[in-house]
Amino acid sequence: MAIEFELNGEAVSLDVDPTMPLLWAIRDIAGLTGTKYACGKALCGACNVHLDGQPVRSCAVPASIAAGRNITTIEGLSSDGSHPVQVAWRELNVAQCGYCQSGQIMTAAALLERNPDPTDDDIDLAMNGNICRCGTYPRIRQAIHKAAEDKS
Amino acid sequence: MSEVRKIDRREFLKRTGQAGGGLVFAVTFGSACQPDVATDGPVAKASASVMPNVYVNIRNDGRVDIVCHRSEMGQGIRTSLPQIIADEMEANWDMIDVVQAIGHEKYGDQNTDGSTSIRRHFDLLRNAGATARDMMIAAAASTWGVPAEECVARQHAVHHEASGKSAGYGDLVDVASGMPQPDKAAFKSPEDYRYIGKPMDTIDGMAFTTGGAMYGIDTVVPDMLHASIERCPAFGGTATGYDEAAAKAVAGVADVIRMPEPTSPPMFNAQGGIAVLASNTWAAIEGRKALAVDWDRGANATYTSETYKKDLIASSSAPGTTVLNRGDADIETDSTFDAIYYAPHLSQAPMEPPAAVAWINEDGSCEVWACTQDPQSARNTVAGVLGLEQEQVTVNVTLLGGGFGRKSKPDFIVEAAWLARETGRPVKVTWTREDDIRHGYLHSVSAQYFRAGMDADGKTVSLLHRTSFPSIASTFAPGVTGPSGFELDLGVLDSPWDVPNMRSETCDAIAHVRIGWLRSVCNVFHAFGAGSFVDELAHLKGRDPKEHLLEMIGPPRKIDPADDGAKYTNYGQDLEQHPIDTGRLSAVVEKVADMAGWGRKLPDGHGLGIAVHRSFLAYVATAAEVSVDEQGRPVVRDIWTCIDAGTVINTDRVHSQMEGAAIFGMSIALHGEITAQDGAIVQGNFDTYPVMRMSETPAVIHTHVVASNAPPGGVGEPGVPPVAPAIANAYFAATGTRVRELPLRNMSGA
Repeated sequence: MAIEFELNGEAVSLDVDPTMPLLWAIRDIAGLTGTKYACGKALCGACNVHLDGQPVRSCAVPASIAAGRNITTIEGLSSDGSHPVQVAWRELNVAQCGYCQSGQIMTAAALLERNPDPTDDDIDLAMNGNICRCGTYPRIRQAIHKAAEDKS
Repeated sequence: MSEVRKIDRREFLKRTGQAGGGLVFAVTFGSACQPDVATDGPVAKASASVMPNVYVNIRNDGRVDIVCHRSEMGQGIRTSLPQIIADEMEANWDMIDVVQAIGHEKYGDQNTDGSTSIRRHFDLLRNAGATARDMMIAAAASTWGVPAEECVARQHAVHHEASGKSAGYGDLVDVASGMPQPDKAAFKSPEDYRYIGKPMDTIDGMAFTTGGAMYGIDTVVPDMLHASIERCPAFGGTATGYDEAAAKAVAGVADVIRMPEPTSPPMFNAQGGIAVLASNTWAAIEGRKALAVDWDRGANATYTSETYKKDLIASSSAPGTTVLNRGDADIETDSTFDAIYYAPHLSQAPMEPPAAVAWINEDGSCEVWACTQDPQSARNTVAGVLGLEQEQVTVNVTLLGGGFGRKSKPDFIVEAAWLARETGRPVKVTWTREDDIRHGYLHSVSAQYFRAGMDADGKTVSLLHRTSFPSIASTFAPGVTGPSGFELDLGVLDSPWDVPNMRSETCDAIAHVRIGWLRSVCNVFHAFGAGSFVDELAHLKGRDPKEHLLEMIGPPRKIDPADDGAKYTNYGQDLEQHPIDTGRLSAVVEKVADMAGWGRKLPDGHGLGIAVHRSFLAYVATAAEVSVDEQGRPVVRDIWTCIDAGTVINTDRVHSQMEGAAIFGMSIALHGEITAQDGAIVQGNFDTYPVMRMSETPAVIHTHVVASNAPPGGVGEPGVPPVAPAIANAYFAATGTRVRELPLRNMSGA
């Protein structure tokens, strides 16, 4: 069954089992590998994408949820890496191995959309579902504050 | 846009630079390292470029390829390695392209573990840059007919000051390509460094922030099958029955294949199980669920952590084999004190689980893409399992989504290679998180016994340390019954304590799972035991823990474990060049105490703890401030860490490694625990094997990097060992309750 939706601003039609998790539809069928698998159980946030602007764990929702809606992945957050969150991430050299950072960035971008000037507690609350095994949390927090400043 | 562009095998080979017997295949990262967008590696084309050595390729447009032969897993080696070469060769940083090496002995040691990338390659890499620079100078001197000594290289050009002539590196390629490759060249003076010792931006920053960074799990090749493997809950067991038809009935499943049985010892081999191969990852995982395998759990079916713990503690409580002896640790003393520390198995749990793609070419040769820390051992192991010559196996190294020791073992790459041959198609093996936690190579479970004897003045005059843990050696050799030599280098034989009578012993422990490395390896539990015990002694004596720690370390001196009959290998490096220097150890203690405001008035219910440990030739002290929340759970309020790693290359990446090590250490101290029940690992994902999250982590990890011109030590691992004892000591200071077992979340009330 084909599921029709907008992926990073372009209309797509993916021929997938509607119960396939959105994560695998994005990675294996649509071929966009920036969205990561790490737990498969909505425990770590590495697979976070935006569904109509809201962050969702793509490993824990079926592909069918995308039908008729807009999905944004890390590849579509900006065309050239110029989103303020991406810029702040580079300025502070947040990433170590980088693997979880797509999910971190997508979660942070969604946070700043709804809360342009988050406090540390706001950040903790929004980001607590995103695990980084390398331990980049202090720089992530700092980068979110920086992106908030740069946006305003 | 979302279509995977279809390319045939011939085009694929052409585009990945292997057609025509490609001299070197290496994938260019930058925007991506996916094979279907890879560009040619540093293939020397007649005077279009010149390779002064295997690490440097200078192109006639002036671009310089620098080959990174070490694996990138977050430590920043793809930035710091080029920093060294570019600095010595006076290359302009903006003209550098980093090329990831395949696994090949021509690059020397590529095993990216043991925090060795800088400490064991600094001179080699400096020489690679310096000889490239001298080659450019020689080419310019020959062109101008002037002595080379009159020419200098500066920022991508050679200059002859007397005549005012200059030539860019790119313009010198043609002449240089006809010249001999120099073996040796003089190094710069440290004061002339442009990049070394500077906080350079991560070279992969754009890829990391745009989804373009390619990991092992991201590799896509044409006509590929996706495999997921159901493995026996207990290591070494075998399947007695499974429902192949049910798995094949799952949409997308193409095949079900029984893997070869595990070997004993396990080594780097595949560990058996039933593989489900499908058109996508999810179908393979769903197919697996339908297998309903019956298992004979085999010889390790009785492995249960609760019982094993008692046995391990009993083992460490009885005399073992002496491995270090100074004076007489059994002398009569005024008083004695003893304690046992226990630490459980851990899983490395890198965010990217093990994943690899393998492909058997028409001529029978094998090509793999993998997130491997050790591409040469991957190559050798795959060749051995497939019965190929080493030259017939090509291992392409992707980025690693974390390694922490897990990806030193190429078993998952062997699985992909074996399945590719069985199916005749390219195969990607993806481990699930549960596979990773349940079927990996676990960090060893351990028990440490300590006994101290004090004289009438309260000075510690004797110390006995017994260590007991199943050995990594058991993974590679049969009949291993206890700790082996190299593991004792990690915090037993190199004890810094200024105690006149000291003995260290090893006690037996048998492995029932595959045991492997985890970031800083045995230093984790040896530092936890020693760092806690010394702190206990301080409180017993009514002393300030930091002053007492410094007293235990004693006056500045250089320790040679051979003086106490120990066979110590000093992380493979010369003890003259990298001594066990107690002065440097004390200095980091003093510094971190200063950073933490040691002795200040703390808020009610807060406690400060301190610990220090030398590992991988670097000295690290950590201080932690801990309190307990309303539920009685420990909370790390603040953490300070100070490292003396000698010469450092990228100061920012050293800071980031120390930040990460502190958080990795917090995961070990507070959360980390893997247990077995009837041979099966109980935990499976981040719900049952929690790691630190942002809300539990202090807002700032305070780090200090000691400025030093001493030879470089390790950086990736040494930050981890002192964290758990510092936190346990702080917990005691806060609560009066001593932690002798990790993790802290198991403390009563926690």
